[in-house]
Amino acid sequence: MKPVEINKSNEKLKQKKSLIRDYITMGAIIIVAVIALLFFPDKSGPVLSVSKNYFLELIMILPAIMIIIGLFSVWIPKEMVVKYMGKTSGTKGIFVAIAIGMLPTGPLYIAFPMAIALLKKGAKISNIVIFISAWACIKLPQELVEIQFLGIEFTLLRLALTIIFVIIMGLIIEKIIDWTDKKNIKIQEGV
Amino acid sequence: MLEFIKSYLTVIVINLIAVVWLIFSVVKNKSKTKESLKIALKTFFKTLSMIIIIIIFIGFLLGFLPPDIISKVVGEQAGFLGILVTAVLGSVLFVPALISFPLAASLLKGGASIMSVAAFITTLTMIGVVTLPLEIKEMGKKLTILRNVFSFVFAIIIALIMGVIL
Repeated sequence: MKPVEINKSNEKLKQKKSLIRDYITMGAIIIVAVIALLFFPDKSGPVLSVSKNYFLELIMILPAIMIIIGLFSVWIPKEMVVKYMGKTSGTKGIFVAIAIGMLPTGPLYIAFPMAIALLKKGAKISNIVIFISAWACIKLPQELVEIQFLGIEFTLLRLALTIIFVIIMGLIIEKIIDWTDKKNIKIQEGV
Repeated sequence: MLEFIKSYLTVIVINLIAVVWLIFSVVKNKSKTKESLKIALKTFFKTLSMIIIIIIFIGFLLGFLPPDIISKVVGEQAGFLGILVTAVLGSVLFVPALISFPLAASLLKGGASIMSVAAFITTLTMIGVVTLPLEIKEMGKKLTILRNVFSFVFAIIIALIMGVIL
């Protein structure tokens, strides 16, 4: 066996192990949760109904998101992501990151696997941070509800400020990560 | 019908994108489709356990801390310390966005300042202490910590600017 192949099968074994560990953790937490609810029988109604609602929402969204991630990784060429969200994408990259983030697509924790798919295809860190933040707090249907409850003035001002600071945050985080990575490489090289 | 579309807009849009793209994929190239479904299945099982854990935590959080108690706590905060407290609360709590706006409106009516309400909404949506383990697992420790710390600081700056302007 060539060393590359050994590495690959090792990698697979590691992934399997961590997968099993995750499901054991999940099982343990479910058991603890059930026991906790037995101790607080009056809370079990609200807790279960909240969890059930989230679970139903998830079941309706998660398969579609996973299929989109799968299709994305196979169909979208790397060059395209690099062109629109990569190192040289500039303002266009920021605009694209906010635009995909704004689409009505579900809760924040689904954005992370999506962000990884983009990162693997060559999107740059600042755009990934902007994408996640836009996904978190600049959702289209959500903003209509915000206008309805908090008024158009509050909503527009908050949106404008959020977009400005999210872009600044993306750029700062990218600088920090680039800087610490460079430092690590220097230390490894012994410079 | 309109009510149905409104409450399920996200579900409808996301499934529509997936189905249309999937049909396009099957028509164009069967083996590529198979490969993407394989990736989909793998990602699904990789994230599912973590997401179920998150859902259990959210159930406990909201079950033990219903929105009316949250609004009482936030409504009693005042001054810069109040903004800090509401920002922390917003980071720790996990309230669905669609509930967070009526909640915020009731806070404003109840006398909370615009600054604390703005800080509350921004940290509520951008920072998730509950989802932190998943974020670290997917994005790495460094990026996760940087993103959450900066989001917190900027949420407070956004709140302060909004308080000055409005």
